[in-house]
Amino acid sequence: MREYRKEEFKRLEMREYAQQEMLLGEDPKFFRDAFRRFKRNKGAHVALYMIILILTLAAFGPYFGGHVYNEVITTHINLPPRVPFLENFGLFNGLRMGENIYLKKGFDDLYYWFGTDGLGRDLWARVWMGTRISFLVAFVAVIIDVLFGITYGLVSGYFGGKVDLFMQRFVEIISGIPNLVVVILLVLVLKPGLQSIIFALMITGWISMSRVVRSQVLKLKEFEFVLAARTLGANSFTIILKEMLPNIIGQIIVMTMFSIPNAIFYESFLAFVGLGLQPPLASLGVLISTGYQSLLIYPHMVIFPVVVLSILMLSFNLVADGLRDAFDPKMKGF
Amino acid sequence: MLKFITKRFFWSMVTLFTILILLFLLLQFLPGTPFNDEKLSEASKALLNAKYGLDQPFFSRFYIYMKNILTEFDFGISLSIQRNWMVKNIVLPRLGISVRIGLQALALGTGMGVLFGVVSASNKNTWLDTMATVVAIIGVSIPSYVFALLLSYTFGYKLPFFSIIFDFSDPIKSSILPTIALSMFVMAQVTRFLRTELIEVLGSDYIRLVEAKGVNRFKVIARHGLRNALISVITILGPLTVTLLTGSLVVEKVYAVPGIGSLLVNAILTNDYNVIVMIAFVYSALYITMNLVVDILYGIIDPRIRVAKGA
Repeated sequence: MREYRKEEFKRLEMREYAQQEMLLGEDPKFFRDAFRRFKRNKGAHVALYMIILILTLAAFGPYFGGHVYNEVITTHINLPPRVPFLENFGLFNGLRMGENIYLKKGFDDLYYWFGTDGLGRDLWARVWMGTRISFLVAFVAVIIDVLFGITYGLVSGYFGGKVDLFMQRFVEIISGIPNLVVVILLVLVLKPGLQSIIFALMITGWISMSRVVRSQVLKLKEFEFVLAARTLGANSFTIILKEMLPNIIGQIIVMTMFSIPNAIFYESFLAFVGLGLQPPLASLGVLISTGYQSLLIYPHMVIFPVVVLSILMLSFNLVADGLRDAFDPKMKGF
Repeated sequence: MLKFITKRFFWSMVTLFTILILLFLLLQFLPGTPFNDEKLSEASKALLNAKYGLDQPFFSRFYIYMKNILTEFDFGISLSIQRNWMVKNIVLPRLGISVRIGLQALALGTGMGVLFGVVSASNKNTWLDTMATVVAIIGVSIPSYVFALLLSYTFGYKLPFFSIIFDFSDPIKSSILPTIALSMFVMAQVTRFLRTELIEVLGSDYIRLVEAKGVNRFKVIARHGLRNALISVITILGPLTVTLLTGSLVVEKVYAVPGIGSLLVNAILTNDYNVIVMIAFVYSALYITMNLVVDILYGIIDPRIRVAKGA
């Protein structure tokens, strides 16, 4: 006969019990529950704050550097970064190759926080103006996902039959063309610029969302509550909007979040290839693309936009991951 | 099975054909004439116009365009990169190096991804798992051209093991850095995907049975777990091809690799439409072929797909 010693047992706090009881007693609200799970994910939490920080800097940053983003000052070209307080600690001190360029040129009281580019424009202001473009593209991607993707998926999945067959064939053909090709061809015809990038995103951005929505709707269609709604005389529009949409909102939010870094990437990619915004506008991709040609001599021109872009992409991905785990722990992968 | 393959093949061809139609329509929207070289005499202009059927009405033009492509793989002549050369003679010799770097990146990325994924899943919730997850999320988030810049700055300039730009005299060594830069995204995606798959598989009943029978941990994962988890990894190989194509553009630009990616970038910058159209077609063909292969492979491995996709 085995002996049971006291150490083998763990004393449970009353609190934990109470919490479990509460969960059983009270109906856990979907969003509150998801929010609690999201808060537990430290990485996603930090990432969310990073996004807010970058968003704030993008909104107000350009006005604090003391310079205008598109002002060309020919005497100020290729200056390294210099920040008033930090320069005393060996950071951002205006040094290049051990030499203080500012003092050498006689700009004792001049400070460019991120330095200047080859035309003497302030990089601090340009980086945050560029970040604005990234957020704009992200916003557009969300709108497209929601308007096109969800509607397409809902209609295709709900009505089924010939409608579904036709719509899915169409998607199959569209998705058979690599995005890259669609985007490049469109931008060529429409001339490079923000409009054509947005238009290109419209054509390619909604497909994966429509697929997820469709497969969810196909599943939901078989449930009794939909049948019940129909028996009670609800029309298709009400069923889709009131019965189905609330049930797939989690997946929709997650998919939307994943489309954001994708869109930001595409914009910066196009800019890097030379199909991006035209000067004097700047996006992060444009800054990187022009800066990398002088990477070895003036690394500051590349470092700042690369760091901001990388942190932004990383944060959006982390938040998307966190939301996925929070809304649907089963939907791991993607 | 044969019916399934035929059907998939048919739809791939339809897609490819649609792309050709789109490319043709696009060319009609572009302004100007393709033959605006002052050195060309009126007679040779007329000859070129007749060859490409530009003096014909819309539908005949379409017929000639299709015939030229389908029978001779002729996409016209280059307008600016190598003036008056046949586009196919510019594009095809450059295809090899791009495909090779792409395949190398795919192999390297998948290999590393499988390794990280297995390590991560079999040591779930330990520091190894966290490390692999962090590496994977960084790989997914950071664009491949940033990796390319970083690698060329570190290993080409600071520690000069490799040449910064592609060296024709040593194509194998020069392709190492582009391959690594390109493989990061593949590695990250495979790691993430395999981790979640493998964790699910390792939690299933048959694995518990194998463990109960006393098979050692390594064998459980390698022989019983990985096999099933890898099946679903095949599905993401299609989408990954797209990222490889996209990545090849920027990575080839950074390293000046003489492949079709950097050619496309040049063609875009100099408005060489025929070159762009041909590369767009080649890219689409590569992508469609990859998707077809993946689908057929998946159909062979997993019979349920055949049924679901209606064979």
